[in-house]
Amino acid sequence: MIQLIDIQKTYGSLRALDSVSLTVREGSIHALLGENGAGKSTLMKILSGFLPRTSGRILLSGRDEDLGSPEKALAAGIGMLYQEPMDFPQLTVLDNLMIGRSHGFFLQKKHILLDFLKISDELGFCLDPDLPLRRLTLGERQQLEIVRLMSLGVRVLILDEPTTGITDVQKSALFTCLSRLRELGKSVILVSHKLEDVASLCDDATVLRQGKVSGHFSAPFQSMDLLRCMFPESQSPVPSDHHEPGNPFFFLDDVMASDGRVSLKPLSLRICSGEVLGLAGLEGSGQELFLRVAAGLEPLRSGSITLDDFCLSGRPFREFSSRGVAFVPGSRMEDGLISGLTLAEHVALNRSGGSLFFNKKHALDRTRQAIRDFWIKAKPDSTVDSLSGGNQQRFLLSLLPDNPRLLLLENPTRGLDHDSTLAVWTILLDRCRTSGTALVFSSPELDEILQFADRILVFFQGELILDGLCRDLDRDAIGSAVAGMRKSF
Amino acid sequence: MNEVWMVILSGVVAGSCPVLFAALGETLSEKSGVINLSLDGCILLCALTAFVASYHTGSVMAGFAAAALTGSLVSLVLGLISIYLGVSQVALGFVLSLLCRDLAYFFGNSYSRVQGVEVAHWPVPWLSSIPVIGPSFFQHNLAVYLSIMCIVLLWFYSERTGAGLSMKAAGENPHASFARGGRPRLVRLYHVVAGGALAGIAGASFSLFFKAGWGRPQGCEGTGWIALALVIFGGWSFFRVALGCYLFSLLQIVGVFMQQHFVDIPAQVFQVAPFPLMIFSLALIHVYGRVSQRVIMEPHGPFRFLSAFFTKVTHPAPAHLGKHFEP
Amino acid sequence: MTLSVSRVSRFLNSPGLSLCLVVFSVIAFVSAVLALSGVAPLETFRLLVQGSLGSSVYLGHVLKTFIPLTLCSMGLVYTFRIGLWNIGIEGQIIAGALGGFAFFRLFDTWIAFPLALAGSFVAGAFLALMSGLLKTRFGVHEIFAGLGLNFVAQGFTLWLIFGPWKRPGIASMSGTDPIADVFFLSEKGPFALSTFAIVLVVVVFFLSWVLIRQTLIGLKLHASGTNPTASRLLGLRPSLSLLFALTVCGGLAGLAGFFQVTGVYHRLIPSISSGYGYLAILVVLLSRYDIRFVPLISFFFSCLNVGSIQLPMILQIDSSLSGVIQGLVVLFFLLVKSMKDRSVQNQVSNREVSDE
Repeated sequence: MIQLIDIQKTYGSLRALDSVSLTVREGSIHALLGENGAGKSTLMKILSGFLPRTSGRILLSGRDEDLGSPEKALAAGIGMLYQEPMDFPQLTVLDNLMIGRSHGFFLQKKHILLDFLKISDELGFCLDPDLPLRRLTLGERQQLEIVRLMSLGVRVLILDEPTTGITDVQKSALFTCLSRLRELGKSVILVSHKLEDVASLCDDATVLRQGKVSGHFSAPFQSMDLLRCMFPESQSPVPSDHHEPGNPFFFLDDVMASDGRVSLKPLSLRICSGEVLGLAGLEGSGQELFLRVAAGLEPLRSGSITLDDFCLSGRPFREFSSRGVAFVPGSRMEDGLISGLTLAEHVALNRSGGSLFFNKKHALDRTRQAIRDFWIKAKPDSTVDSLSGGNQQRFLLSLLPDNPRLLLLENPTRGLDHDSTLAVWTILLDRCRTSGTALVFSSPELDEILQFADRILVFFQGELILDGLCRDLDRDAIGSAVAGMRKSF
Repeated sequence: MNEVWMVILSGVVAGSCPVLFAALGETLSEKSGVINLSLDGCILLCALTAFVASYHTGSVMAGFAAAALTGSLVSLVLGLISIYLGVSQVALGFVLSLLCRDLAYFFGNSYSRVQGVEVAHWPVPWLSSIPVIGPSFFQHNLAVYLSIMCIVLLWFYSERTGAGLSMKAAGENPHASFARGGRPRLVRLYHVVAGGALAGIAGASFSLFFKAGWGRPQGCEGTGWIALALVIFGGWSFFRVALGCYLFSLLQIVGVFMQQHFVDIPAQVFQVAPFPLMIFSLALIHVYGRVSQRVIMEPHGPFRFLSAFFTKVTHPAPAHLGKHFEP
Repeated sequence: MTLSVSRVSRFLNSPGLSLCLVVFSVIAFVSAVLALSGVAPLETFRLLVQGSLGSSVYLGHVLKTFIPLTLCSMGLVYTFRIGLWNIGIEGQIIAGALGGFAFFRLFDTWIAFPLALAGSFVAGAFLALMSGLLKTRFGVHEIFAGLGLNFVAQGFTLWLIFGPWKRPGIASMSGTDPIADVFFLSEKGPFALSTFAIVLVVVVFFLSWVLIRQTLIGLKLHASGTNPTASRLLGLRPSLSLLFALTVCGGLAGLAGFFQVTGVYHRLIPSISSGYGYLAILVVLLSRYDIRFVPLISFFFSCLNVGSIQLPMILQIDSSLSGVIQGLVVLFFLLVKSMKDRSVQNQVSNREVSDE
């Protein structure tokens, strides 16, 4: 039995976890629910030894445990399965299993193989030990990691969003496995925001919201209760004036695409000028892929994209860009900014096309202008690496062209505090109204979408399952769609 | 006709001995994640060391030992500075290669055209009498036999021991290795030093029997680069790298033969031919793999056997080869 | 505690100290090497200086090395900026030499000269683009492709020297027949050097300086090499930048080969590249990829090369001492730089901790 008592985790002035307490019984499956950023991952990283807690106690079978490092946690019998297991893709399944254990001089391959087959069998998995790991799907890699943790004697298994990116078949195999673990007396903690999964499998559930425990529940669950706990009615201000959108100009017809993790089911959509669309859905449901496809960064498997009368399907990103489609990526430093370069250098390079010469003064002036307009706390000659996350995001936004037809933003206000978020939105919306730019953005915060968007699109497992005007839909309906609960609308 | 085959086979086995040592050592190092570009200069320096040591002591063993020590030292410098101080492996290795080469020529100045000790011929007593195979494989010296044994020993090390597994883990994903309690940096250091020792033995093989003596040029120049290329070509597997070495040696011997028959085509064509052939085949495999990847979507679909084939044929480098790791 | 650490770090960070450390280490090491060989270090250093800067004849030789070395080094600045290890530069010099020489054999009149010049540039660029193509389209490892093409170029040269282009009667390692006198680069003035060659180097240097430091090209190369994905979003075309860098580098290497043929050897010999390609890599490593330092370091290395020529005759030591010194300078430089970088990093992280 595990007891977490008054766990606190602070990063400077930011309180990630605030007096969180929960109890997990032996031989049970306990769900940890909450929106993105609620603190679920942080709590579990503390439990599995990857993060130190600021204060609070953890008791395992009544004994206080330190859990200061992953090794200590593993020794105490706690193992964590990440969404993306840290493994060795180019080595075989068996090799992956064996790395990390203490061996004698010679590898006891046969012994480990037998152990592996026994545990796999017990849990209902079927894995080929000689296959290189990279040929396995994510679901199978997860299965292997579970087998590995079990073979190391783990008694508490934490799973962090395990059902993202795996097939239905693998999901049911996983759930069967978890039930078996429960029968064997192990404790399982399932971190998720998928209510469907929780309802069908778990014995207990704890909901976190903004670092605090928002509610404890036991089976049988009432989905509405869980939903209200996760997405309570907040004091969202009256939505700003959504004026009538203009004419449709951007068309997607039966578009299908895939990026290896998620596949978009055939999708058809019209976007009107001046419209603000918010993309909602759980992580990995297809919103990011959709944005990239619309920007011309991901190739289409089938279908067509048209802007005004031009067919853009299959054209390179350059052409999308020149026709007025702008894209802002979600991972700032990996995809959007160039490490080592200063702000002024980015501005100088931005849309410089084929030109050779650059007027240093001109670039500096433009940079200073951007710094003023977007409240960026930096100088023109600071490198982008030295900026905080929020400032990086604002700088990225400042690099956008002045009058695009279509603006695609992947999670634009990630890492920004409330005031900066409002400021950024004021600027973006202003651009929209004055120049008729259509805005499409993805966000994990329903509040944000409801506040700023005219129209909302909800994705679930690659499918666009809800497309409606914000003012016509109520919060419950949207929340259910996000969580994958299919209702007739 | 039998005799021609015997001579060829024998030449291939003996001729590939130095390259084999160097390439196997480099494979060991690269599997753990460290690329040792200093190989060419290092081999030259070790060749000199072996020659000098054996000349002054009269013992071939002393020569081999000195060479192995020199190779280990050079690789130790490379390993310590790149693994622990973060200097680029490629840059450092390159500089060391040139430095070792020049040091070798500098110190070797007084040893040019001096008669040294040579490795003794050592036919294996009973096996060398077997027709065809006997003279080809068992009428060589100890170094050649060791080079063949190395292939098997290293394969065994890699696949059947815990240390070999740590080596692979450090080369593929040092972060995961570290997370699972390993010490990838130390593992890398051990393996690059071991690779250097083998490079030293390669150098000794040159100056003590294969191209015995010292001169400027010595004759082993270029071997290091060839070994590096063969590791890539052999897909970082000991058996395939060995196969590549033998093929390379075969092409060179065939070249010598061809020269006698086809006087018109100059020798250089055959000497150089292995390289464009290797590049061409690597490129072909890559393109083939890319094309088939678009066809083969599912690992369990109807094209599974094809994808299994390409898994065996396309050999990617250890994922973290040349990349710095900081815990 | 923090105060003394920051003082030490500031001391360590001064470029003057790094330079002193490197120079001191190299002198110490080389002196040890020389002492082991039974030679007086001071005498050796004196000879090196005298043999390179001591007379106008020597200086002329230094400049003859300086020109191809600097051309190659400048070219490498472009490729290093975009993050490439163009180890195939040796082959590109050879290709340039072959390309130029071919035109000299084909034409007898003055037209051969400009054609050969252009041909050298194109041949070098072509080989560089080949290794680039092998890397991007065919996934062949950068170093493997470069090395492979080096060997191919060398082999091809040998074949030409012993085959179609051999001296009538005897084919030998001393090379082919010389090119016509009229194509020799003139050897004017106190340094016996062609104005054309010097002007070429100066022009390329200033052009490169302007291109890399004053225009967007340098920035585009740097951006494309660091983060091609983000570069594309900013509207850049990383693949074009790559082609540009390779073309320039290969072309300049080709010109170096051209100079070797017309200004130094006046014919084609097996080792026409003289190892300048690899040496140029050392020059650029030492110059921290900054084009402003390239001529200075290139001159220093050239002095070492030329100064060491007489060492075998006077002191009975091998002239590869110059290579030893060059290698040691770069080695110690890399070492000192990495230690400096680490101390800066520690400083930064210490400051972060204390802020909390």
